[in-house]
Amino acid sequence: MQSGKIKKIWELLNTVPDPEIPVISVVELGVIRDVIFSENSYVISITPTYSGCPAVKAFQDDIKVCLKDNDIENFELKIVYSPAWTTNWMTKKTKQKLKKYGIAPPSDTVICPQCDSEKTELISEFGATACKALYKCSDCLEPFEFFKCI
Amino acid sequence: MSDLFTYTLRIADSSLILGQRMSMWCSKGPTLEEDIALSNIGLDMFGQANGFYEYAAQLDGTKSADDLAFNRNEREFFNHQLVEQENGHFGITVARNFLHDVFNFLFYTQLANSKDETLAALATKSLKEVKYHLKHSSNWLIRLGDGTDKSKRKIQEGINTMWQFTGELFEMDEIDKQILNAGIGVDNTALKKDWDSLVNKTLSKAKINRPKDAYMATGGKKGLHTEHLGFILAEMQYLQRAYPDAKW
Repeated sequence: MQSGKIKKIWELLNTVPDPEIPVISVVELGVIRDVIFSENSYVISITPTYSGCPAVKAFQDDIKVCLKDNDIENFELKIVYSPAWTTNWMTKKTKQKLKKYGIAPPSDTVICPQCDSEKTELISEFGATACKALYKCSDCLEPFEFFKCI
Repeated sequence: MSDLFTYTLRIADSSLILGQRMSMWCSKGPTLEEDIALSNIGLDMFGQANGFYEYAAQLDGTKSADDLAFNRNEREFFNHQLVEQENGHFGITVARNFLHDVFNFLFYTQLANSKDETLAALATKSLKEVKYHLKHSSNWLIRLGDGTDKSKRKIQEGINTMWQFTGELFEMDEIDKQILNAGIGVDNTALKKDWDSLVNKTLSKAKINRPKDAYMATGGKKGLHTEHLGFILAEMQYLQRAYPDAKW
């Protein structure tokens, strides 16, 4: 019964999009660390991407709405800091989704998501969100965002 | 007040006040990209402060993280005096942040090994972000120092002005020693050697001079501050002071 519900919760969480990058879910982003049943409630452990990322608060609210809409009331969200979130937790499939969306996925070589050129140039270490840097492509000349490796 | 509470609060205070300083650059940066960078660094500092305040609040048991940030006066803040210094021109901000980023990088590297699991986790998390901050301030230091006569003059002025606030970073008072002996805290004095070598390396790349050690300001740990902190708090705390417990 509980394990079935835990599976259901994971499925529901996988429908909650990252507020800043709506093509991937919070599960694909790797911020949901665990869902367990403890003392009559489901404890969902969340790790923040960057300490000050405003999206963390936003997706916590989205998760609450999503679970309540699906008649799950007995749950709590717990913030965990260790182990610290890392872009290594992103799957290949998630990285492909990022690329399709126009964001260069985290990797050692920054590749232009538009033309696949490796000739890219850093504009700024900081982009529109804490997790991204600004780059431009020296071949197709398009500016683009790169998901920083941390 | 337990020593661990005070120790945690000091870290949180330095992050919060530097975050507040960085937020003052929002919409005033020299270029759009830089505006975004400075604001992003501010956001990281607020996030780090929040983690340490939440832990301090848990240790205290009676106050919330917001109480700690918004309901204390200057004399109850324990941040480094370096982080409360005015932004001034861009060269002053870069110099101040660089000197502090080098310290933060070394400090969190050590704190990540703390016996206290929460402090270790918060330090590990913060370190990832501080590495980017250090890269940012180092790159600007080099670019300005090795740039035009004017940019060189301004960044040298920044380093010269901020230098007197760096001595305090390496001080150890009774609380620091207790926490260090418990296997929780960092030996700040021992960080000086690496700090010197990293600072010297970058200053020389930037072709600017390392100021001679002279008078060093002190007092942040005791709640003694320069005149600037009161103004920061007046702006930052206004809403909570005027409308206590306001929610939105």
